[in-house]
Amino acid sequence: MTEFLNDWGLILITFLPLVGALVMILVPKESEDTHKLLALVTALATAVVGVLLLLNFNYSSAGELQFLVDHQWIEVINSRFVMGLDGLSLPLLALTVGIMPLVFVYSWNHIPEPGNPKAFFILMLVLETGMIGSFVAQDLILFFVFFEVVLLPMYFMIGVWGGPERKYASIKFFLYTLFGSALMIVAFIGVSYLSKTQTFVIPELTAFGGAGITKATQVILFGGMFLGFGIKVPMFPFHTWLPDAHTQAPTQGSVILAAVLLKLGTYGFLRIAIPVLPLGARQWAPVIGVLAVIGIIYGALACLAQTDMKRLIAFSSVAHMGFTMLAISTLTDLGFNAAVFGMVAHGLITGMLFFLAGSIKERYHTLEIKRLGGLLVQAPKMGWILGLCTMASLGLPGLAGFWGEFPAILSAYAPAVGLSVPLFRTLMVVAALGTVLAAGYLLWLYQRTAFGTPTEEFASDPHIHDVETPEWIAWTPLLILIVVFGFVPGLIFNVTQPAVSLIAGAVGG
Amino acid sequence: MTGFVAVLAATEDIPTPDVDWSAIAPNLILMLGGILLLTVVSVVRGRLPGWFHAVWTISVATAAIVAVVPLWQRVQDSGPESVLAGALVLDGFSLVVTATICVSVILAALLLEAYLRRERLGGPEWYVLMLLSASGGVTMATANDLVVVFIGLEILSVAVYVLAAMHRRRVSSQEAGLKYFVLGAFSSAFLLYGIALTYGATGSTNLSRIQAFLADTVITQNALLLGGLAFMLVGFGFKVAVVPFHNWKPDVYQGSPTPVTAFMATAVTAAAFAALLRVYVTTFGPTYRTEWQPLVAALTVLTLVVGAFLAISQTNVKRMLAYSSINHAGFVLLGVLAASAAGDAATLFYLVAYTFMAAGSFAVVAVVGRRGDGHHDLSDYQGLSRSRPGLALVFTILLLSQAGVPLTAGFLAKFYVLAAAVESGYTWLAVLAMLTAVVSAFMYLRIVVTMYFAEPEGEPRRPRIPAAAGLAMGLCVVGVLVIGIVPGPLSDVANDAVSQLVAVGR
Repeated sequence: MTEFLNDWGLILITFLPLVGALVMILVPKESEDTHKLLALVTALATAVVGVLLLLNFNYSSAGELQFLVDHQWIEVINSRFVMGLDGLSLPLLALTVGIMPLVFVYSWNHIPEPGNPKAFFILMLVLETGMIGSFVAQDLILFFVFFEVVLLPMYFMIGVWGGPERKYASIKFFLYTLFGSALMIVAFIGVSYLSKTQTFVIPELTAFGGAGITKATQVILFGGMFLGFGIKVPMFPFHTWLPDAHTQAPTQGSVILAAVLLKLGTYGFLRIAIPVLPLGARQWAPVIGVLAVIGIIYGALACLAQTDMKRLIAFSSVAHMGFTMLAISTLTDLGFNAAVFGMVAHGLITGMLFFLAGSIKERYHTLEIKRLGGLLVQAPKMGWILGLCTMASLGLPGLAGFWGEFPAILSAYAPAVGLSVPLFRTLMVVAALGTVLAAGYLLWLYQRTAFGTPTEEFASDPHIHDVETPEWIAWTPLLILIVVFGFVPGLIFNVTQPAVSLIAGAVGG
Repeated sequence: MTGFVAVLAATEDIPTPDVDWSAIAPNLILMLGGILLLTVVSVVRGRLPGWFHAVWTISVATAAIVAVVPLWQRVQDSGPESVLAGALVLDGFSLVVTATICVSVILAALLLEAYLRRERLGGPEWYVLMLLSASGGVTMATANDLVVVFIGLEILSVAVYVLAAMHRRRVSSQEAGLKYFVLGAFSSAFLLYGIALTYGATGSTNLSRIQAFLADTVITQNALLLGGLAFMLVGFGFKVAVVPFHNWKPDVYQGSPTPVTAFMATAVTAAAFAALLRVYVTTFGPTYRTEWQPLVAALTVLTLVVGAFLAISQTNVKRMLAYSSINHAGFVLLGVLAASAAGDAATLFYLVAYTFMAAGSFAVVAVVGRRGDGHHDLSDYQGLSRSRPGLALVFTILLLSQAGVPLTAGFLAKFYVLAAAVESGYTWLAVLAMLTAVVSAFMYLRIVVTMYFAEPEGEPRRPRIPAAAGLAMGLCVVGVLVIGIVPGPLSDVANDAVSQLVAVGR
């Protein structure tokens, strides 16, 4: 079993969703239940492979790449088919394979207009392959391919199943990301060309640690990657695609976007940009830190100005990813740990919030905050769940969100040697103020939607009912994990520590 | 009487070159195939089934590809050769371009079959002209002498001028033909003038001799040669539609019968780029690279930017694709500009990949255009995903490939070109090229959005997909995906297909 996993585990988990999608292509469009079942079974099978990988993972050497797959791929450019799993990839892989079955369960009776579950599910499965592949790929070109594969299904999900402004939102999403990738691929080519062996294999490039590339060149190359990954995160000022995409995307799309897709950007910084170009990273760190904190404050202020619940959650993502990026910009192992924890926590919490937004939209047919109210009266269980999630999102100790934010702020107190301490301490203070604003907008949101009495137009609406069975099945695991990670943060920190300390060591933190 | 005998006796002393017939077999097959088709058809007029011409053309092109294979082996085993007293060269590069041209003949013939049937325009002339034109293209690709380049160009172009104007009932087709002819003739004059100046400066039109001459001799007064280089660049620039010599392209692409457009976009582009690369990189590369590179760099910038930005403001899909092909030409030019082995391979890879992308895209356009070949507006694509999901999917894959999305041929084509440019120190141009790629991606997305997301006004029309056109599209999509997912074989071939010149004796 272990041997099989060592050789085939990562290939299996990456391409299993794709195989499921291919099977679904053969099934006629009319048998919708078969499609729902097939998609769910595929996602569950993928999750089972994920669990097996998790069980066979050697946690005592989480800093090393395990289940390594290394094959010849495009020989002429020295690009290889390399996949591997270490403590940095593991939590994100687990998040991806864990959340996808839940999304399929939720979709059981929530197929967005204009229907056609076959195409919808096939796109989601392709998306899953892209996301998993990005997290396990250990070759720049392979990573890039998966990174781009993610783009198309999401584009179609927003464009076909999205809200009224879907055309605009989908094109904006696509072009923004493509713009970033365009510069990123040039940076990749540059890094590989300037490296000693002209390779694209990430562990080799990490081992070189930018040796032989001058500081000025590293700064330029890092700039290319910064745009590619920073747009995906998204960092201020490249965030403007996110609110549009989130607001227009169907619930499933929003959940996947928030839970996994945004992490591709932060993951890219940790996996590629920083270890491959350490000198460039040190030059860029203050810029990233400042932009991250602007993102925190700007995101929070923007949240306060929103009238639409989904748009508010989208802007809160900008703020939360700001904390993650601030943590990354400190270039310390505490910061990197906080960042990975923040990624997982944000994935769980914001994913959950988008689920809730979708369900509220389905019941009330609106997400306009001032028309909502009294959720605790009309659907008390859902109201309580929303309460738990807003608390988690604002970083209440004892819930997962806290461990993403608090260490992030703490890490800015002592950035890596050589980075300006006064600057980062200032950033720390401003970021801490951001948490107050976060509490402000989230509590305000909760107060206006859940407290009080239902507004007149919905007071006697028979559509409004409490949590349904598929929703329970989809949501319970997320809620449990939010609490479990809140109490036992070591579950993630212990896995990530060995991996990120290597990166922090290499960059000199 | 005695004088006449003397003349006869003297002729025996005129040196005639050894003709290595096997080395020029692909070209001969194309040319004889065209001539034979014309002969056969005029002898047994009217008694041939309608599909005969297309099948004949496809067989001829296939035979030419088959003839390329042993030659490829020969070149790989014993190196490049010069043929016909140094007039032609047999190397890996010319052979791959030859095969590419033949592939585009096959694809265009499939389209033409369906097209002529729909438009009720019979006749073998279309196929004959196409085969002759392809033969001219192959001549260009294999030329080892500037005069032969010119002859090849003329054979190629004259046939295409006529093809562009062949749709008798469409005024725009006549207009396209005339426009292409006038500007083409103009550009031929430039090329010829450039050749004359180069001859004046170097004393030869033979590329090997020019290369050797420049390697041995330092020309102190090189204005004549620089003038020659500049004029030839204008001549080639017209053919591949490099900005600012691109103005004919949108009009001609839009007006020409769509299968002819597909042929122009693929075969003509490939042949012209092959000749451009052979002359500038292989011949003048070692000695005069620093002189022509800035010029070509400037043209590349213009071509990339203008192609991308003008494409997004179009509403006619055929014009969009015409402008996008200008942007693609910019990318290919980037490979030429790199002036390295990697650049040559990248150029070749791009030309092959683009053959599939462009031929497939124009195949879709031809089908959606319906009878009269006039429905090319963006609004004609509304709701295509519902009325013809397969067609919409095919077009989407081809457009995404043109946009350079991974797992398609277009991504790797762009990738290789960029890598070559970065290696040669043109990183800034690589960045610019990718930015223009994003701009053109917007245009491709506009078409995709129209097909998938736009609500059609009224019941969308279901265009008929003839079998031949369907086959062409299928081939293109398979080609684009196979090259995109398993690029190894093609990039190996491209890397082995170095452009070389062989020294020729006096």
